[in-house]
Amino acid sequence: MTDLLALIAAKYNYWLYVILMMIGLYAMIAKNNLIKKLVGMNIFQTAIILFYVSIGYKRDATLPIIENVHGGHGSVIHAINYINPLPHVLMLTAIVVSVATFGVAMALAVRIYQRYQTLEEDELRMRLSEK
Amino acid sequence: MDNYPVLIVVVPLIAALLAGLAVWVEKRLSYPIALTGLALSTFCAVKVLMQVIATGPIQYKIAGWAPPMGIEYRIDLLNAMVLVIVSGIACLNLVASFESVSQETHDRTGAFYSIYCLFVTGLLGVTATGDLFNLYVLIEITSLSSYAMVALGDKDRGPLASLNYVFIGVIGASFYLLGVGYLYMQTGSLNMADVSLILAGHQGSSTVLTGFILCMVGLWIKMALFPLHVWLPNAYSYSPVAFSRAVAPLMTKVMIYVMIRLMITVFGYDYIFKTLHFSDAVVVLASIAILFGGVMALAQKNLKKMLAYIIVCEIGYMVGGAWMGNQLGMTGAILHILNDALMTFAVFLAVGNMVYKLKNVDLSNLTGIFGKMPWTMAGFVIAAFSIIGVPPTCGFFSKWYLIMAAFEKGAYHFAAALIISSLICAVLFFRVFEICFFPAVSPDHGELGHGESGHGELGHGKSDAHSPIQMEEAPVSMLIVSGLVSLSLIVVGLFSGTIVNTIILPFLK
Repeated sequence: MTDLLALIAAKYNYWLYVILMMIGLYAMIAKNNLIKKLVGMNIFQTAIILFYVSIGYKRDATLPIIENVHGGHGSVIHAINYINPLPHVLMLTAIVVSVATFGVAMALAVRIYQRYQTLEEDELRMRLSEK
Repeated sequence: MDNYPVLIVVVPLIAALLAGLAVWVEKRLSYPIALTGLALSTFCAVKVLMQVIATGPIQYKIAGWAPPMGIEYRIDLLNAMVLVIVSGIACLNLVASFESVSQETHDRTGAFYSIYCLFVTGLLGVTATGDLFNLYVLIEITSLSSYAMVALGDKDRGPLASLNYVFIGVIGASFYLLGVGYLYMQTGSLNMADVSLILAGHQGSSTVLTGFILCMVGLWIKMALFPLHVWLPNAYSYSPVAFSRAVAPLMTKVMIYVMIRLMITVFGYDYIFKTLHFSDAVVVLASIAILFGGVMALAQKNLKKMLAYIIVCEIGYMVGGAWMGNQLGMTGAILHILNDALMTFAVFLAVGNMVYKLKNVDLSNLTGIFGKMPWTMAGFVIAAFSIIGVPPTCGFFSKWYLIMAAFEKGAYHFAAALIISSLICAVLFFRVFEICFFPAVSPDHGELGHGESGHGELGHGKSDAHSPIQMEEAPVSMLIVSGLVSLSLIVVGLFSGTIVNTIILPFLK
């Protein structure tokens, strides 16, 4: 039991991302309102961003920059002492992708609302089956 | 020129931008811009294929940054072939699209061409790239443009179908991204060749296994493998027909390509078939997908939806072949990427012509269309024969490889599923032919018309005594493309031995 707790505590960032991801997935599957589904989708994507950011992190590490440039004698920080910047850079791209997806999805929701005056999925399904 | 590999992708991207901007200057400009862009891209793709066949794989460093730090385009025989398929089909489809786009999207043709080029850019990039994260970004470019396209289609159901497609597409892409994250944790690299070198030392790692499963599930969602296929039929049948014609043959096939690329180049045969033990389960899943797709296709009343379910069925063929774990299966799967892209394109071209004339392609609306649109229907019949798998059309040959592979492996359920699905397709298409061949029987002499339906010509003459059948063919550009592609089905079928020997077998060695 203590082993399990220690495992959870040691890798809490991964548990957190899995929980967030499942919250998002639940909202996307179970919610009836399209906007709530969209919010779920955003939580889902954010969970993955959290995952990536946490795999690049190191305790007590700093940024991959040259130190003391303004003091005149710059010194390069060793790789052991800085966090891995690559996953963070990747996530900049992923954030752009998720913003674009969210924008497209929102535009679609607006179109649906203009056409049917509702965003509740059961009502939409009823309207569609009437035709 | 050493820059052909990157030009294949960059030229349509620039064309997308210009076609979008051109709307403000002169609306009619966007079509020629898009067409030029895709034609140039096809030209580059053919050049690259010839170069790869002559001298072997090409590595292209984007902006001169050496891999594994920089992004690399690595073109070998497999993706050179897929690049030619994608750019060629996209370009031909655009030739056929001019009339149907202006008919279906009215004042938004500029937007259509711009998004269309973006969609093709994404597909070409996915095919050319040798970088795992770059692949994700390009998949998302493709997906985002197809969401927009689906919403441009059917006014009532398009937006909702598109939004459901967004939700599922995001889950698929996110799973893939997560899988890449796990691979990165283990290897510290994103370049495919580099990752595969490092992975060779970590065969038993559970991180790699997690990454592998997540990547595969993500791709299966994107390619609509049963039971993850629910988004496909609605999204494909409610989009504008000019887009259905491109997305149906290309999108799923490119995703199959990505799966094969990950299986062969990144993880390797040894890892998948010796270290892991679930390839048999995937083949079973593929068999179920084949049967399910066929049965659901039988239940459809709309031609577009019926064909969408046939795509679900065809995906089962390729996934099953790739996971069979022998050379025959992989050969069949790769050959089927080419053949299925061509025959799906041919059949959707015919459907596009029907939609252009009839608007509504419910099966009940297609009566007597053989008389009205003989050329379109000739193309449709050849494409249908190819999907059923009648020799000498190309569909027969890839099915042959797949069945041989199934027997070699002892996966008799897969062979049975292939044969049953061919029979289902035969029933399916002959039912469509029957509906299309005979003109609608007018209610007053219904009995007579029905009795004579055995002899086609006679039945024709009688029921149209008062109104002789008028030929109402689609525009010439659509017919020419449709005829050309249908003929290519036979040509590719006859030359499939050459294709296998020059492209597929050297690649698999």
